[in-house]
Amino acid sequence: MSIQGFLLLAAALFSVGLFGVLSQQSIVMLMMGLELMFNAVTVAAATFWRYLGPGSPSDQVVVVVAVVAMAVEMAVGFAVTTAIFRARDVDVVDAATDLKDEP
Amino acid sequence: MGTITFFVLAVAASALAVLVFVVDSMARATFCLLGSFLAAAGEVILLGLSYLGTVIVVMMVMEMVIMAVFMVMYMMNPAGLMPMSMVHNRRGSLAIAGAVFAGLAVGIVAIRWPTTPRRRPVPRATFELGKALMGPHMLTMVLLGVTLFSTMVVTVMLAVSHGRYDRLGDDLKGPDR
Repeated sequence: MSIQGFLLLAAALFSVGLFGVLSQQSIVMLMMGLELMFNAVTVAAATFWRYLGPGSPSDQVVVVVAVVAMAVEMAVGFAVTTAIFRARDVDVVDAATDLKDEP
Repeated sequence: MGTITFFVLAVAASALAVLVFVVDSMARATFCLLGSFLAAAGEVILLGLSYLGTVIVVMMVMEMVIMAVFMVMYMMNPAGLMPMSMVHNRRGSLAIAGAVFAGLAVGIVAIRWPTTPRRRPVPRATFELGKALMGPHMLTMVLLGVTLFSTMVVTVMLAVSHGRYDRLGDDLKGPDR
């Protein structure tokens, strides 16, 4: 087990999440990609705590912040999905074109 | 033993994360994501943060079960019975994600990390975290609390179909007065 191994895992999770965020049309699938990216932050912060932080709990606080951010992201994401579905009958990102420039 | 556990969990976390965007069924995608989160939480526990790893496990199990309910509500294809493509710009996304991973990997491998890793975890890591959150990191904790509270208010406001201004008019006196 090396610091590189853990950080490569975090990089892989972040990249897979980024692919999901960029490529998925469904709003819920897009949020799954975001969650994966937050998960990568969690793994990376825990790695830094273990290998670099000299007994400082600040990296653990970063993990707590990332976990709370995941919870908030999911709650607000579903609320926004519900609101835009009610108002515009939109459930894919391509259909949410209210702010799009008319060609 | 620790190395084997690390590799098994790392492969599981990455493979299940990829499967999230490969499987047809939205419900299956949700549980693949849950599996990926559990494997990553296992890595966090392996790193010595047993409390935070357990918190992630408990939180993610609940979160993904709720997500599965929303999946069935909003998805056209919850059970994977009618395979369909729900992606746009797949090639560009793959290129960007691949480039980001390559850049991060080059940085991770190229950087000379400090050569004296802490071999043993701090024995009272959870105690240290609690002391930090109630002491020098109190501002973080207060902000998290306020953020969670405002999230509750905002999500309820966004999710209700009609607010009081819709029902009672701008002056809140109601239509019959």
